[in-house]
Amino acid sequence: MKRLFYLLPLVLFLGLAGYFLVALRPARDVRELPSVMIDKPAPSFDLAGLDDPKPLALDALKGHPFVLNFFASWCVPCRVEHPLLMRLASENHIPLYGIAYKDKPADSSRLLASFGDPYRQVGIDQDGRVGLDFGVYGVPETYVIDSKGVIQKRFVGPLTAESVEKELLPLLKQLDRS
Amino acid sequence: MRRFLLLLAMLLLTTVAARAVEPAERLADPALESRARAIGSQLRCLVCQNESIDESGADLAHDIRMFVRERLTAGNTNAAVIQAVVDRYGAFVLLKPPVEPATYVLWYGPPALLAIGLLGTLVWLKRRQSAPAETTPLSADETRRLDGLIRGNDA
Repeated sequence: MKRLFYLLPLVLFLGLAGYFLVALRPARDVRELPSVMIDKPAPSFDLAGLDDPKPLALDALKGHPFVLNFFASWCVPCRVEHPLLMRLASENHIPLYGIAYKDKPADSSRLLASFGDPYRQVGIDQDGRVGLDFGVYGVPETYVIDSKGVIQKRFVGPLTAESVEKELLPLLKQLDRS
Repeated sequence: MRRFLLLLAMLLLTTVAARAVEPAERLADPALESRARAIGSQLRCLVCQNESIDESGADLAHDIRMFVRERLTAGNTNAAVIQAVVDRYGAFVLLKPPVEPATYVLWYGPPALLAIGLLGTLVWLKRRQSAPAETTPLSADETRRLDGLIRGNDA
């Protein structure tokens, strides 16, 4: 019994060391926050379309799973992500919708005109209110929303070839089946 | 030295005075504005993460400040406004984490460790104090041998 008691500091140390090993591993992005919106209905929005008389509204998008991407012309990581979005739209034909977050419509249009437009439709969220409702804290952010309008997944920061292969596409496939 | 202290005091005072709440954001009603400040000082800016939204110059902090003021003007209570922000960004926006099962270790861990340490120290001290009392006094034979040894060494 007494022997065991003397082992207590060692056990505590191993416990803490184990926790730090997991929590401080280099691959973990400490800035990435878990979204509280997962499994919750997406906040309703009805945004004016970019260069499009048709508004981008949540209610109109329900019925099929879709991907919602917050982007801005002033956002550097969005440019990194952009070629991947183009490929997702042209090769994988995923239902990708964009929200121009806190961006001047003319700038968003110019971005899409010069680099290509991967989105089926783009809504203008110039004051960032829809972003705030979604809990967006930096662009780009990408949400996967199911046919009932429930948020299934959030990607913070630019999508990567890896996150698309391993997470986004399998999830979409699974949502399409159900 | 005195000049240095004065400079230090001035520097410290300016940091306290530097607030990111912009004049244009302030509400006309001082009571509402002071409630907005009370709320803002409790909310974390998610871009800078170690500043409250009132202290931060980040764009997102500005948006949340405006959101807070809008809600207050609409007649929401402080708790309702804070809850609305938590609903969007999660409990992480609260600079002071709430006491809930997920944070029990955070809140009660340090006092528990302190208690364990104090208890261990007390037990240890008690044992050390009582230890000499447990030894039996020397027998007459042992006293004689010890005396002999001491004398032998002295000689």
